[in-house]
Amino acid sequence: MPSLPLLLSALALAVAFAAGGRLLLWEQAHRQDKGSVLRLLLGESRRAFANHVFLKADAYFHQGFYPSVFDAPAPVSKTHLAEATEEAHHHDHSRGHAHDRHRDWLEAFGCNFQPAEHRHLEGLGQAREILPWLRLAAALDPQRVDTYTVTAYWLREQLNQVKEAEAFLREGLRANPDSHEILFELGRLYAENERDVLRARIVLELAIAKWIRQEASLPSPDHVSYRQIMGQLAALEERAGNYERALAHYTRLHRVSPNPAAVQQRIDEMRFKSAAPVVKPP
Amino acid sequence: MNTIWALAKVVVLEMVRRKDFYVLFILTVLLTGTAGSVNLFNDRSIVRYLKEICLLLIWLSGLVIAITCTARQIPAEREQRTIFPLLAKPVTRGQFLLGKFLGCWLATGLALAVFYLFFGLISATREQHWPVLNYLQAAWLHWMMLGVVVAFTLLGSIVFAAPSSNGTICFVVSVGILLLGRHLNKVALDLAQPWQSLLYGVYFVIPHLELFDVRDLIIHNWELIRWEMVALATLYAAAYAAFFLFGAWWVFRRRPLN
Repeated sequence: MPSLPLLLSALALAVAFAAGGRLLLWEQAHRQDKGSVLRLLLGESRRAFANHVFLKADAYFHQGFYPSVFDAPAPVSKTHLAEATEEAHHHDHSRGHAHDRHRDWLEAFGCNFQPAEHRHLEGLGQAREILPWLRLAAALDPQRVDTYTVTAYWLREQLNQVKEAEAFLREGLRANPDSHEILFELGRLYAENERDVLRARIVLELAIAKWIRQEASLPSPDHVSYRQIMGQLAALEERAGNYERALAHYTRLHRVSPNPAAVQQRIDEMRFKSAAPVVKPP
Repeated sequence: MNTIWALAKVVVLEMVRRKDFYVLFILTVLLTGTAGSVNLFNDRSIVRYLKEICLLLIWLSGLVIAITCTARQIPAEREQRTIFPLLAKPVTRGQFLLGKFLGCWLATGLALAVFYLFFGLISATREQHWPVLNYLQAAWLHWMMLGVVVAFTLLGSIVFAAPSSNGTICFVVSVGILLLGRHLNKVALDLAQPWQSLLYGVYFVIPHLELFDVRDLIIHNWELIRWEMVALATLYAAAYAAFFLFGAWWVFRRRPLN
């Protein structure tokens, strides 16, 4: 009759073998995660680091004047850096920052030794300083789509590095083949920077197809992305003189636009242009 | 004063002979060089991330040099029994402590001078300008901060038994203050009484080492700090250093040497 310690040891050994087997199976099923050194070193925590690094880029954009986790009144869905890529408006960022009001004399004294004024990093191509952090954020979390779109925006809009922006977006697309956001940004690059109507059309139509596949059936689809892609596509066709196509896109845009009157005006213009006879040069 | 100066000179010479500084400096150079060699979108003029990495390494190295150099002074004198002939001469315990403090502080100052010179060279090669006064302010404030660290490590080397435990505790406390010191008041305001008053009290009592951390101003090329504020910060650091040195002397004067 085997003794109790022997039985317990045998049981522990059996559990270890079983757990080891399960772990091996799991490891084989997740083998694609072995690609990068950062993944191996940090595991899933790299996503948290990526978020931190992305915020670091935003802090650089504000030249170090940035609220800490202790100052932030409420979590914000988008960084100012990302917002800047969508619309050219200026926030009053200083509202809600702890730097505005001092709780005590020590805090007031400390403000002399840290950035205490809201500034942006925009003049003379200084925006390039945010790029290392965005590059690192992409390396840490390649599935974070806005890293690619934000980086590409700054590269092509502020630094005139269109080739680098395209290469980075293509890298993002390889990591996120179903991302309509990256496709939109790539289409915008072809349309606005390279004036390549054919490639822009293909990419933007692919973006809209991806959007429909992913978002259309959702209870609250991402209408902003849809409007952006449709607007870009319509403007592209209009610039290329394809008024019929532009009319079709504007009509689709009209259904979801927050400003239908303005879109209706564009629709009327397209109807007029497409009805007018084409004057051929002599 | 001559006695204090003689003791300090021995400490500085000891640091020059030891390898700690050289290892940390070479590591800083290598890591900064590696970070600088990374190709970022074919743009060689990006510099701020490099300044940030270099300054972070300088701050870490500065802390390590100050704490390890100070933490071993008194235990080593005791272990090698050199403290007995030293204090048998007309050297008071106060002079002994002041000599050790001055030596460690000067040694860290020398190390900082080399580190900041390297930092200046690195940023000048990429930025094509050299804001010397800003760097001087940053180095000065950094040195003042390390004066406080040296003083409380000296106190710790009398209170705690081993240099390793003292070094670890001082390092954890310093890094803790640097990271959280400026936020304690905000955390306190969210607490219920009596914890709020207690934490707020701690906030006012601790030496705010993070005040001297002006890396963000240097990285993002902000203007000079007002000189009267630098002077006030110097006074603040001197007051805390004096307090810790007095505490060290208070404990050491009654402590048996063996």
